[in-house]
Amino acid sequence: MKGHDSSDLARERDASVHVTGLLTSAFTAISHKAHARGNECNINFKMQFMLLFSRQGKLRLQKWYVPLSDVQKKKISREVIQMVLARKPKMCSFLEWRDLKIVYKRYASLYFCCAVEDQENELITLEIIHRYVELLDKYFGSVCELDIIFNFEKAYYILDEFILGGEAQETSKKNVLKAIEQADMLQEEAETPRSVLEEIGLT
Amino acid sequence: MPAVSKGDGMRGLAVFISDIRNCKSKEAEIKRINKELANIRSKFKGDKALDGYSKKKYVCKLLFIFLLGHDIDFGHMEAVNLLSSNKYTEKQIGYLFISVLVNSNSELIRLINNAIKNDLSSRNPTFMCLALHCIANVGSREMAEAFAGEIPRILVAGDTMDSVKQSAALCLLRLYKTSPDLVLMGEWTSRVVHLLNDQHMGVVTAAISLITCLSQKNPDEFKTCVSLAVSRLSRIVSSASTDLQDYTYYFVPAPWLSCKLLRLLQCYPPPEDGAVKGRLVECLETILNKAQEPPKSKKVQHSNAKNAILFEAISLIIHYDSEPNLLVRACNQLGQFLQHRETNLRYLALESMCTLASSEFSHEAVKTHIETVINALKTERDVSVRQRAADLLYAMCDRSNAKQIVAEMLSYLETADYSIREEMVLKVAILAEKYAVDYSWYVDTILNLIRIAGDYVSEEVWYRVIQIVINRDDVQGYAAKTVFEALQAPACHENMVKVGGYILGEFGNLIAGDPRSSPLVQFNLLHSKFHLCSVPTRALLLSAYIKFINLFPETKSTIQEVLRSDSQIRNSDVELQQRAVEYLKLSSIASTDVLATVLEEMPPFPERESSILAKLKKKKGPGAVSVNELEEGKREGELNGGGERGGDNSGIAASNASTPSPSADLLGLRTVPPVTAAAPSAGSLLVDVFSEAGVNDDGFLRDLEPPTESSDSLLAEGSGDSDSAPPSAVSEDPAPPLPESNELLNKFVCKNNGVLFENQLLQIGIKSEYRQNLGRMYLFYGNKTSVQFVTFTTTVTCPGELQSQLNVQTKTVEPLIEGGAQVQQVINIECLTDFLDAPLLNIKFRYGGALQNLTLKLPVTINKFFQPTEMASHDFFQRWKQLSQPQQEAQKIFKANHAMDTEVLKAKLLGLGMALLENVDPNPENFVCAGVIQTKAQQVGSLLRLEPNAQAQMYRLTLRSSKDTVSQRLCELLAEQF
Repeated sequence: MKGHDSSDLARERDASVHVTGLLTSAFTAISHKAHARGNECNINFKMQFMLLFSRQGKLRLQKWYVPLSDVQKKKISREVIQMVLARKPKMCSFLEWRDLKIVYKRYASLYFCCAVEDQENELITLEIIHRYVELLDKYFGSVCELDIIFNFEKAYYILDEFILGGEAQETSKKNVLKAIEQADMLQEEAETPRSVLEEIGLT
Repeated sequence: MPAVSKGDGMRGLAVFISDIRNCKSKEAEIKRINKELANIRSKFKGDKALDGYSKKKYVCKLLFIFLLGHDIDFGHMEAVNLLSSNKYTEKQIGYLFISVLVNSNSELIRLINNAIKNDLSSRNPTFMCLALHCIANVGSREMAEAFAGEIPRILVAGDTMDSVKQSAALCLLRLYKTSPDLVLMGEWTSRVVHLLNDQHMGVVTAAISLITCLSQKNPDEFKTCVSLAVSRLSRIVSSASTDLQDYTYYFVPAPWLSCKLLRLLQCYPPPEDGAVKGRLVECLETILNKAQEPPKSKKVQHSNAKNAILFEAISLIIHYDSEPNLLVRACNQLGQFLQHRETNLRYLALESMCTLASSEFSHEAVKTHIETVINALKTERDVSVRQRAADLLYAMCDRSNAKQIVAEMLSYLETADYSIREEMVLKVAILAEKYAVDYSWYVDTILNLIRIAGDYVSEEVWYRVIQIVINRDDVQGYAAKTVFEALQAPACHENMVKVGGYILGEFGNLIAGDPRSSPLVQFNLLHSKFHLCSVPTRALLLSAYIKFINLFPETKSTIQEVLRSDSQIRNSDVELQQRAVEYLKLSSIASTDVLATVLEEMPPFPERESSILAKLKKKKGPGAVSVNELEEGKREGELNGGGERGGDNSGIAASNASTPSPSADLLGLRTVPPVTAAAPSAGSLLVDVFSEAGVNDDGFLRDLEPPTESSDSLLAEGSGDSDSAPPSAVSEDPAPPLPESNELLNKFVCKNNGVLFENQLLQIGIKSEYRQNLGRMYLFYGNKTSVQFVTFTTTVTCPGELQSQLNVQTKTVEPLIEGGAQVQQVINIECLTDFLDAPLLNIKFRYGGALQNLTLKLPVTINKFFQPTEMASHDFFQRWKQLSQPQQEAQKIFKANHAMDTEVLKAKLLGLGMALLENVDPNPENFVCAGVIQTKAQQVGSLLRLEPNAQAQMYRLTLRSSKDTVSQRLCELLAEQF
């Protein structure tokens, strides 16, 4: 856990520069600023992305609901992580960023952060985050950052059952977990038992 | 290692992740990853066929490596292979890999699509959901092409499992977002809408997102959703917290669904059906009531969920903007939140109140919270909250509280965060201008602004203060006195020097009587700043100096000495050097009279939209400043002097204001409209000073002679062409349209006959008639002189898009017009589709050897093709409501330009071509009209409502058409008429 975590993930991933202009245009295309009264008729992607990252800025999970290139994604994550980490504890959980809103909340060592379209309801987004945390917590049993690192694929599956295409698909905790458990059952049935030796053998 | 590892444990993966985490350095990590990549690559390439488990494990490792931020360029094929595995976990990993690392490789997409197709038809709900999730995650066009037809069927089929329905709804939504043209709801529409009635709350939650998006695009087809949404909402709102079982979240019943329902309703106007509306109002009241009840739980989740619904309900109330009672209640509720201990709530309350402030029903209620908001601006620790407070102050500002708000914003500026200073400066400048009752306050405010936040004062702001001072003679003396005082400060901002230089150069004489600000004192003060300034400011100061020589002859020798010094006359900057040379020469050659003419006080600037407002709009995007506000700002401002002037003039001035060349903006040479009668003749002289002086002193002097007949042809020629140029130098290209051609165009919006244009040489009369989409226009060219016009030619062109919108045919006209004679030309016009611009008419002829070249706009406007439509009150309002999409409506609020005489208004509206409908509007003062625009391509129905407010001398004009561009255009045209 030590040593490496402290290095700035954002800096490590510095693969690109000079993409700001490109990004801005990409974003204006995606979410054209809505009419002040919420009368927007453009097709908006309500939630544009969700990021989970540690206090050291290490990205633990990223889910993108808008088509962006890898370079753009890296640039955006870096920017958002930096901005959120700079916030002090008592500050409000909403940030205006470009023409989006960042809604974030910290749970122990992990930050959960969603970028939603400008007109979206901030409080309900905050509770989307909380419900996701609850789901993880229930599934892993008192979830911690390590669970998400080692079982990242599960974290993705749970998220897909809960939110699809940036919209809440199923808000009942019971129903989401039922779906995941059913899938787990399926795989246990399908798995043929493997010897430990084979497991370690040639990983 | 975590204790829990449910389902399959991929031990190899866990070991690899541990290894990575144990790496002590970045290098070690990269080394470990490269080793793993090499290993995986060799496994994939190896002769031994891999079993599904190994494949899954390696693909998963690749995914992990990718998510660490490394590039992955192989493994896609193996992932696609996993999709067709019949083992669920393998399939699942395959889909995850595809979702995260989708590649536009079309070969692969086809294979992926095949796998998805198989899973969709498997009838195994778990597999189907996986496939649908993949489509929703990737959402590419290829996938839309393959599945947009199939998914609606899955969504509405009776035997589809609920969980599959949920995924199908959101999957379809994603495809609709990327490729709306491929998703055709058609026959499915009503069954999709009825998903709002589904027993399964999860299905409703997912389906409503789809329905909302589709409703935004096709409100009419989906409008039955309104009553369904209201009844669903009503059931949720009135349910006890236990009724909805697992859909209750911290004692709040179905918060996500409630918010989505309220959001869906915001796509529509208030329900027409009284019963539905009553039920909805009841819901909204219940939601507001619940906000007052004691919380059922201390958990923040409870209050967040409850308030999320409340804020969404308030958004709907604001959207309707028709229930004063609810608006005021909403405002009071938000007022409570302004002092809540939760920062989040304070932030949201400030934000929401901003929109409430723009409603006439709640504006006053919002204003009562001014002290709290000011306090928030001062004490909030979070800059984003302070920003909201500043926004709200801006939104609630009106004449009654402007001074207080501006003062508070100014004092906040001293400590404001750098990130928001520029915007704050713009807002203060706008408010100061918009609500200025006395101009000394305005001048004080702007100078304070420069003093406090000079670096953030953009050019627009200081240009504006100068324009206003020049246009208002009652403030000039005060302005001169104030800038003089401001310049006393040992360190003042360069923007202050600019304003000071300009204003003292123009109006320094107004304070010169006081020995403390005698001409020489003024000059020395200005000149003491000279060396600290940048080149453009120095250039401005040089112009101020030459103006000083004119204002105060006693400063002449001092200033000439300065100009003559090497640091000026041999300055390495060519602009400064040229100015020094020219001004020195000008001051020594020209007589006092000539100097006085050349350096006359600046003429008033033409009226135009505040450039600051335009800048703020640009900065904040279209949502920030509403159209109404803009109009209001423009009209209420009233700070600009000039009376009625053509729109084109202001265009010239505006483009000039942003020209970096100091010679252009300082003396505003080219801002002097060459044609307007108000422009003094000095305007054209000054142009010559700059185009010729310094090159040819003789020519320069000659140009200073009083203008001769050349002023006649100024109309026809560009202002830059001096009279001394030989006639042949005049371009043969069609001249640009006359600056006043828009005004001429506007004259003919409501009439068909009259004099289109007239100058000393030529008069053009016009007669026109229109039927359906066809029009015929007779133009009469009259030679007003006694000399014949030769090579008289006219051409009509349709610039740009207009070419495909109008079909214009002209008959050629006689090339020779005798003195005093008149010739006629017939023009046939066919309207193909709606259009914005007017065709251009270029006229060229020689008069006494000189080529005359002028371009006008032909008064063909879209309203000419109106067919009046009579209808009864009931029909009118029904149609009005049908055209309720925001883009179908265009509205302007503007000040009356002419007397508000009912008969004149009626005549104008009739002239417009629409039917004037009596007894339709409940208010007899208002006018409503209806008509259909006939074009070859289509008919565009349009409705008009004009609401005069005699007391305020204002109009509100609203147009609704089935085509958005038509509403906009009609609104623009008409706003100039009344």
